[in-house]
Amino acid sequence: MTSRTTTLNPGGIASSGRGRLGDRAFRWAVAAGGITVLLILALMIGSTTLDALPVFSSQGIVDFLTGITWDPGVSRTEITGTYQAGVFMFGTLVTSLLAITLALPLSIAIALFLSDVAGPRVARPLAYLVELLAAIPSVVYGLWGLHFFAPTVLKPVAKFLSETLGFIPIFEGPVVAFNPFYAGVVLAIMILPIITAIVHEIFRAAPAAERQAAYALGATRWEVMWQVVVPRSRPGIVGATMLGLGRALGETIAIALLIGGGTTINISLFQQGESIAAKIVNTFQESAPEAIDALIALGVTLFAITIVINMAARLIVRRLGDLSGEAIS
Amino acid sequence: MTAAVSLRATGARARRRAFVNAAMHAVLGLAVLAALVPLFLIIAVTIAQGLPAMTTEFLTSTFNFSRRVQGGGYLHGLIGTLYMGGLATLMAVPIGIAAALFLTEFPRSRLAAPIRFFADVMTGVPSVFVGLFVYAVLVRQIGFGTFVGAVSLAIIMLPIIVRSAEEILRTVPGDLKRGSYALGARQWQTVFRVTLPAAASGLTTGVMLAVARALGETAPLVLTALAAQTVVLDFQGQGQTALPLLIFREARGAFAAGQERAWAGALELMALVLVLSIVARAIATRRAAR
Amino acid sequence: MTRIDSRPLAGIALAGSLLVAACGGGAAPSPATQPPGSMAHLEATLLGAGATFPDPVYQEWIGAFRTAEPGVRITYEPIGSGGGVQQFIEQTTDFGGSDAFMKDDEITAALDARACDAVLHIPTVFGAVAVAYNLAGVDGLVLDSDTLAKIFLGTITKWNDAAIQALNAGLSLPDEDIIVAHRSDGSGTTSIFTTYLDHESSDWSSQVGKGKEVSWPSGVGGQGNDGVAAAISQNDGGLGYVELSYAIENGLPVARLVNDDGNAIEPTLESTAAAADGISIPDDLRFNILDVGGDGYPIAGATWILASTCGYDTAKADALKAFIRWGLEQGDSIAEELLYAPIGDVLQQKALANVDRINEQG
Repeated sequence: MTSRTTTLNPGGIASSGRGRLGDRAFRWAVAAGGITVLLILALMIGSTTLDALPVFSSQGIVDFLTGITWDPGVSRTEITGTYQAGVFMFGTLVTSLLAITLALPLSIAIALFLSDVAGPRVARPLAYLVELLAAIPSVVYGLWGLHFFAPTVLKPVAKFLSETLGFIPIFEGPVVAFNPFYAGVVLAIMILPIITAIVHEIFRAAPAAERQAAYALGATRWEVMWQVVVPRSRPGIVGATMLGLGRALGETIAIALLIGGGTTINISLFQQGESIAAKIVNTFQESAPEAIDALIALGVTLFAITIVINMAARLIVRRLGDLSGEAIS
Repeated sequence: MTAAVSLRATGARARRRAFVNAAMHAVLGLAVLAALVPLFLIIAVTIAQGLPAMTTEFLTSTFNFSRRVQGGGYLHGLIGTLYMGGLATLMAVPIGIAAALFLTEFPRSRLAAPIRFFADVMTGVPSVFVGLFVYAVLVRQIGFGTFVGAVSLAIIMLPIIVRSAEEILRTVPGDLKRGSYALGARQWQTVFRVTLPAAASGLTTGVMLAVARALGETAPLVLTALAAQTVVLDFQGQGQTALPLLIFREARGAFAAGQERAWAGALELMALVLVLSIVARAIATRRAAR
Repeated sequence: MTRIDSRPLAGIALAGSLLVAACGGGAAPSPATQPPGSMAHLEATLLGAGATFPDPVYQEWIGAFRTAEPGVRITYEPIGSGGGVQQFIEQTTDFGGSDAFMKDDEITAALDARACDAVLHIPTVFGAVAVAYNLAGVDGLVLDSDTLAKIFLGTITKWNDAAIQALNAGLSLPDEDIIVAHRSDGSGTTSIFTTYLDHESSDWSSQVGKGKEVSWPSGVGGQGNDGVAAAISQNDGGLGYVELSYAIENGLPVARLVNDDGNAIEPTLESTAAAADGISIPDDLRFNILDVGGDGYPIAGATWILASTCGYDTAKADALKAFIRWGLEQGDSIAEELLYAPIGDVLQQKALANVDRINEQG
C-alpha cells in the first residue's frame, strides 16, 4: 500500500478558498447519494402501497390475506374482481420453509467443516466454490430444475416418498409434474450459499481461546464444534436463517418455473402450488389494469413480510459485531 | 461444557466419543459434498446441453421467426443484457459510491445509521417487487423499454454497491488520509486523490459483483423491459429483451428447439456472470495479497 | 431500431420438413417461396404486440412475408392480450394482437387517443379448445355442454355418472373419480373455454363466469398447456382442457362435443373452421363463436389483429395492409402446419374489407 503515497501529489494539493467550497460541495454530493438510497426505499413503499390501496380497501385486508379466491376482473378504472392471497401465501411459506429445513443443517455442517475441520488451504477454495452457487442466476436454476433436476433426480425421490410415506398428508400422492417439493429443494440449493457464508463467518469469529480451552480439557474436535462453537453462535445462526428465509420468500423465477401454478391450497408437497412472486410474473402480462393493481398488492404484501424478517435478522446479526457486508448482501 | 468434567474418562466411553467424533467428521464432509454436487450438476448439465446448441449462428443472430425450428440466436438478448447492465452501472455506481463516502467520511451524521441500515434492508427487497415498483412509477408513465429495465437493475445493484464500497473505503489506511491532511489537502481533495485511488481495486470488485448479480436478474425485467424479438438500440419506448428473459420464455415453451436455445442461452449467461464473479474475486485476492 | 437478419427461408423450409402437416397440405409448396408479385416494394418498420396464442403463426408469417417484401421490418412481441390492447390504446404499437375483442370502454379510450373513427378488428386464425382425458380403456368419449359444466363445477364427480353414461351408451365407464385439470395462468384458452361454458350453462355463469383467469370451483391447476396435459396424463381419471393444436401435436385422447344441432363433433382443424360458418357476425367483427351447429366444433374462438382507421403514415399503412392481406390470403398453409384453423372464406372477405379500411382517414 505504501506505493500509493505517490498519488498524494503534494504539489497539486493546496489549501484555498476554492477548497473550502469544494468541501461543502463534496459533502452535499455524497449526502445526496445517501439520501437517494433512503428516497428510493421510501418511494418504493409509498407508490406501490398507494396503487395497492384500492385493492386492500375493496377486499378488506383480512380477506385479502387469508381468503383463497383469486378471480380477477378486467376493468380499466375500478376494482371488480375478487383478490385474495391465501393460496399464494401458503405456497410461499411452504416452499420457503422446506428450503430452510433442508438448507440450514447443511449450511451449519458446511460452515463447521470450513471453520474447524479444513485447514485454510482447503477451506478457502471450498468456501469459494460454495459461494459460486450464489452467483448462478435464478433463471438458470429454473431451467436446470425444470428440464434436468426435477425429472431425473427429484421425481423418483418424490415417487418413493409418496409410496412409502403417503399416509402422511404432506407426502400424499399423486406426484404431479411440477410441485412445491421441486421448487423447495431447488430453493434450498439457492439459499444454501447465503446461509453458509454468514454462519461460516460467525463460526470463524468464535474466539480461539474458547476452543483451546475446550481442547485443553480433552474435548474431541466434534465436541468443540458442537458444544462450544455452535452454542455461542446461536443468535448468529438465527439471524442467518432469517436472511436466508427473506431471500427464499422473494425468489421468483426458479419457483415460477417449478411450483406448478396451482390455484388451491394443497397440503401435499407433491401437488401444484403457487407462490406470491411466481403469481406476479405468471399473470402480469395477461392482466387488465385492475388485476395489475392486485398484483402490486400481492407485491406489497410480500415486501412487508420480507422486510420485517430482514430487519429483524439484520438487527440480530448487527448486534454480533461488524460482519463483512459482502457476506450479508 | 458439562461434558468437560468426564473428558478424561477412558475405556468404552472414550471409544464411543472417538467414534462419534469420526462419524461427525464424515457427516460434515458429506455435507460439503452435498453442496458441491448441485454446483457440479448445474455447470456440467448446462455445458452438456448448452454447448451443442451454442453455434456461431446462435451467438451472432437473432430470432429466426419460427419458434418450432432450430436456428436463430440470442444476440438481441445479449445486447439487451449488456445495454441495460451498462446503463444500470452508470446509474448505480456514482450514487452508490457517493452514499458509501457519506457513510465513511461523515460517520457522525445523524443520517449515517439509517442510511446504512436501510441499504442493508434494501439488499433483501425481492427483485420482483423492484420490478413492480418501477412498473408503477415509470412504466405507467413512459412505457416499457431499455431505460426502465436499467432503472430496475440499478435499484438492485445500488445497496450492494453501497455496502461493499463502505467496507472497502473503511480499509483505506488512516495514515494515508492523515498524510494528505498534513500536507494541507482538504477533505474532497483527499477523497479524490487519496482515498478513492487507494480503494479503486476493491471498489471495482464490489461493482463487478453487483453487475454480475444484476445481469442474472429476470423477474424485474419481466415487468419493465418486457420483450423484444430483435436487437433494440432505442433508449426507451420500445420493448427490450435480455438473456434471462429469453431463457425464461423458451424454457417454459412447448417447442424442443426453443428449449435447446434456452440451454445455450443459459450457458452464455452463466459464463458471463461467472466470469465477472471470478475476475472480481481474483482482483480482490490480489489486493489482499498485497 | 436496428435489426440483424437471420435466415427465415431456411427456417421455413426446415419447418416444412420437420412437421408433416396434419391436414395433408404438406406436399403443397409453402407460399413463403412464392413472392406475391403484384406488390410494389414497400419500405416500413412495424411494431405489434399482444396475444401469445397466435404468436407462432405471426412469427412465421412475418418471416415468410419478409422474403416477399424485404423492405418491411415487422416485429410482433407476444406480451399477452391484456398488454396488447393496452399498448395499442396507448399507441406505443402499430398494431395489437388480442384473443378477446376490445370492450367498448377500451375502444373509446383508443379513439380518444387518436381522434379516429374506428378501431378495426381483423380476425386472423381460429383456435379451438379440446377436452382431453385419461381413462384407461375408454376411447371416443362424448360430452355435452351441460355435463362439461357440471364436471368443472364439481357437481359431477364420477366417470360413471348417469349424465355421462347417457351420452356414451356404448362405453363402460368406471366408478372412478374425475380429476379435473385447468389452466392456472391467465390465458386465451381459458377465456374461450369459460366463455363457452358461461354461455351454455346458467349455473356456470352464476357461480364462475368467464375470463382469462377465473376462480375454479374444483380441480388442479397447471401452468400452460404443458402443465394441464401433465396433470391429465399423470392422474388416472384426469380430464382437462388444452389448446387444440397442443392436443393434436401430443396425440391426447379428446372428447367429442355435442353442438347445438345435436351432432357430436371431434375437434379438428376442419371442424374448427366450420364452427364460424353458421354464426352471425357483426359488422365490426367483434364476435364470440357460440351456438355452433352443423359440423362445427362448439368450443372455438378467433384471435384478432387490432388496427385503426387513422394515425399511420402512408408507408406504414401500406406495409401493414400488405402484411395482413398476405397472411389472410396466403398464410393458411403455415397456420395449418402449426395446427391453427384458418378463418374460412366468408369471414376472410369481411376481414379483408377491414384491412382496406386501415388508415382510410389518413
